[in-house]
Amino acid sequence: LAKSCPGQETVTLYLRGVALRGRRPRPAPPSTSPPPASTSHPIKQEDNLTETRLVSHSQITRLYSRFTSLDKGENGTLSREDFQRIPELAINPLGDRIINAFFPEGEDQVNFRGFMRILAHFRPIEDNEKKSVAVSEPLNSRTNKLLFAFRLYDLDRDDKISREELLQVLRMMVGVNISDDQLGSIADRTIQEADTNGDNSISFNEFIKVLEKVDVEQKMSIRFLH
Amino acid sequence: MDLCTMDLRITRQRGFLLFIFTCSSLLHGSRGEIPSKPTGGVTILPPIKPDNGPQAFPDAEKENMPVFTMNYSRIQIPFEITLWVLLASFAKIGFHVYKKITVWVPESCLLITIGLIVGGIMHSVHEEPPAVLRSNVFFLYMLPPIVLDSAYFMPTRPFFENIGTVLWFAVVGTLWNSIGIGMSLYAICQIEAFGVQDINLQENLLFATIISAVDPVAVLSVFEDVSVNEQLYIVVFGECLFNDAVTVVLYNMFNFVAEMPVVEPVDVFLGVARFFVVGFGGMGFGILFGFTAAFTTRFTSRVREIEPLFIFMYSYLAYLVAELFSISSIMAIVTCALTMKYYVEENVSQRSCTTIRHVVKMLGSIAETLIFFFLGVVTITTDHEWNWGYILFTLLFAFVWRGLGVLVLTQIINPFRTIPFNFKDQFGLAYGGLRGAISFALVFTLPDSIGRKQLFVTATIAVILFTVFLQGISIRPLIEFINVRRTNRNLDTINVEIHCRIMDHTIAGIEDLCGQWSHFYWKDKFMKFNNQILRKILIRDNRAESSIVALYKKLELQNAMEILDDVSGDISAAPSKGKENAKPKRKFLAPDLKNMHDILSKNMYKIRQRTVAYTTKHALPNESQSKEILIRRHASIRRSLRPGSFQSSVVPKSHKYFSLPAGKSLDSKFPPGMTSYADDEETMSEAAYPSRRSRLVQPARSSSSRAMMPLRRLDTLTEVHSVDVVDEKVGDRRRAARGTSRTNSSSSRDPRIPAPQRHHSSADNGRGSADNFRNGHHEEEEEEPQPLSPAPSWTAEPREDAAQNPLLRRPQWKPKK
Repeated sequence: LAKSCPGQETVTLYLRGVALRGRRPRPAPPSTSPPPASTSHPIKQEDNLTETRLVSHSQITRLYSRFTSLDKGENGTLSREDFQRIPELAINPLGDRIINAFFPEGEDQVNFRGFMRILAHFRPIEDNEKKSVAVSEPLNSRTNKLLFAFRLYDLDRDDKISREELLQVLRMMVGVNISDDQLGSIADRTIQEADTNGDNSISFNEFIKVLEKVDVEQKMSIRFLH
Repeated sequence: MDLCTMDLRITRQRGFLLFIFTCSSLLHGSRGEIPSKPTGGVTILPPIKPDNGPQAFPDAEKENMPVFTMNYSRIQIPFEITLWVLLASFAKIGFHVYKKITVWVPESCLLITIGLIVGGIMHSVHEEPPAVLRSNVFFLYMLPPIVLDSAYFMPTRPFFENIGTVLWFAVVGTLWNSIGIGMSLYAICQIEAFGVQDINLQENLLFATIISAVDPVAVLSVFEDVSVNEQLYIVVFGECLFNDAVTVVLYNMFNFVAEMPVVEPVDVFLGVARFFVVGFGGMGFGILFGFTAAFTTRFTSRVREIEPLFIFMYSYLAYLVAELFSISSIMAIVTCALTMKYYVEENVSQRSCTTIRHVVKMLGSIAETLIFFFLGVVTITTDHEWNWGYILFTLLFAFVWRGLGVLVLTQIINPFRTIPFNFKDQFGLAYGGLRGAISFALVFTLPDSIGRKQLFVTATIAVILFTVFLQGISIRPLIEFINVRRTNRNLDTINVEIHCRIMDHTIAGIEDLCGQWSHFYWKDKFMKFNNQILRKILIRDNRAESSIVALYKKLELQNAMEILDDVSGDISAAPSKGKENAKPKRKFLAPDLKNMHDILSKNMYKIRQRTVAYTTKHALPNESQSKEILIRRHASIRRSLRPGSFQSSVVPKSHKYFSLPAGKSLDSKFPPGMTSYADDEETMSEAAYPSRRSRLVQPARSSSSRAMMPLRRLDTLTEVHSVDVVDEKVGDRRRAARGTSRTNSSSSRDPRIPAPQRHHSSADNGRGSADNFRNGHHEEEEEEPQPLSPAPSWTAEPREDAAQNPLLRRPQWKPKK
């Protein structure tokens, strides 16, 4: 997520904020004592995570218990396979992309902190946040929410959605009844609509511009991540 | 349009003919109390007097051998039932011919209307309503299918995630409504002006219980259309199910109490105790029979014909046994269905599974249709006791207490919920409290010892008609209004449309990822218990659950092939697009644009909804979308394991198809454009491509490693043959993809492999790839870098096989360039 991304500052700041606090201890195997595991660790983390206004304490507890329940390998990190096991995600046409978003390039494990960092994108923006000018842009800002969506398309991380990348996503999204011709012209049209500088692809700025009328804050927020 | 109306007319005509016939036959069935009065429409009575008593055979002494006889009384009851069912079914056909009606008017309204018309005609010929709705008939034959239907199609996971709220609303809410309405009505009864002082408290409570049974069928279909959030949906659905149970328990209790001359305080406590005994007892029996049913289906693989029967018999048995001990039979059948469903559907064959679902749906649907239908008939034909005061206050209280109850109960339950209900949800919940079939049936089966039974019947029918017609019709506009749905779709740009859908999918995915079940501890415990003990006992073919395959075990390869075939059909069109690097900017006209919007909005996958697909009362669940996604994703999953890898590896990988020996007939079956994929336009169809790969490569791979092993040993003597076998298998799969029955083709073409084994191989295939990523990426790394290597990459596939089978190293398998 680091390379040339507008939210880079936030992320690094965030990472520093948490990473300085030492490694999260290995959770006790759930078979022996899951409840203490799920209560003790989040409390330790609470100051870290709420500091960055991630989520409330109870949400951390809850998400941590979700995390441990997903963690079949019981090693404190989630692998791709752990994600794949979520049945609903299996029938999400974008499931792979979403899962990939959790894994920084080149890594195949994500720990609780990384897990929470991604989820933080989907926290609703509260009213008082809008007014206060934060030092760093929070992860759940409109820009970062949009960036997350943008990254779902932009696989090669060149900050452009090329026609091919768009087509792939479209192909995932539509049923099998659409011919590639139709899809191709839709992709052409989409790019043409958004493309202002004529490079036949959609840059992040163009992406933001196209969606400026959409209530992204509301659309990219999860109700219970208060 | 023209066709539509014509169809409708035909149906109506047929329905009308049938209806006349029904009337005439019913007229005869009326035990001869009313001498047949031939009025205008009903003159086609058969000129035979049926009322000669039960006479199975013609009297031989007095008459000669009769050439033509009729013995109506012998077949009367089943005959009439058949006709009623047919009539109701024709009515249903009629509604669905003309779709627009059912969008705006709930089906129950239409059924009642038809019932009213039939009732009107019957009344005009002085016909008695059919005696079908006796207490026993209703409780023993009509109620079980309805409840089984709801319970069997209950979406298990969302239900258990919300079980607290569901039970809270079902149990406490129903108690709240019953007691609230009962007490208020009792207060009303004290007012002399209404002239209903003779209704005592017990009877009022009994009546209140009856009208607090909620039946949200109509609401659910509206919820589905306007896509309210799923928590609301599942709560309404679950509430209706358990609310029935609670209502029936209360009904029996108050019914008992209402006949007691004096009620002592002890009785109240006994009543409360009984309430729990009845509830938990029913649950216990349900679980017991559910597990027995699951265990039985372990052994039914040899008797596929009667396999579905076990499900129905055990459910019904649970119901009857619970009834025997007079504990909650609804509870029993619900828990039985919930318990066994998971295991049974894994044990039985795909066909039995489909049969079970169909029959459950069919029985439930027809039972409910009949009840609504009779509701209309009875409304006209019974004598009513109309008391303005009592009935209006009943309506008022039913409405007010429901609203109050939802408000108060939500406030209490909200702090415990992961996702609290907001005001809109509460409105939906409160306004969705339609009364329906259960209420009507309950009031109609009241014992005659209740003094004001007529009044109760009238009031209940009034409440039902009021809620079903007024609320049922108005709820859609209201919910759409408070949801403020975007209607000016065409004003959006295509970008917005696509990106918004992407975001919706993302949010759905993240939500699923976070889960909303906060009791992971108990869930994990249960899963462990389930995997270690229950599955071993109850499931015949207890394989380790693989991640995705577990979800749709029943997903048959044949189905998959059909879908994949479509995909590859699309692909074949793709190369014609060719490569146009310097694409001229196309001009898109307005109609084009509109067309695109149309295509997108019709074909983009809907946001997943776990509940909705299963709970439509009048339709079977449609899993095609999730199936399709699952197959496509499943095929691409190995690729997705490597982050960001696809763009580097995709071009070489396209060569990884099995290249067939030149001159083989199969060659022609490949899409002509296949070879052209070597060029760099490959990414065009990237998303579709892996599915094809899965069909051609993965099955062959798994077959070479697992299922085909014995086969190869057989064939080691003739090398050529062995290759042919593999070829044949690929061919087989292609043929299966073209819609021929898979088992047929495999048994005819390949008699050495019995079909079940083949099936296993396909399952293995799924597991195989699941295993692949379970083993982490080491295996991937061994396997996948090969295409990245500069060497001709198609050798990768054979090389892998070659490790196991030297026969495959024959030069024939070297592909043509």
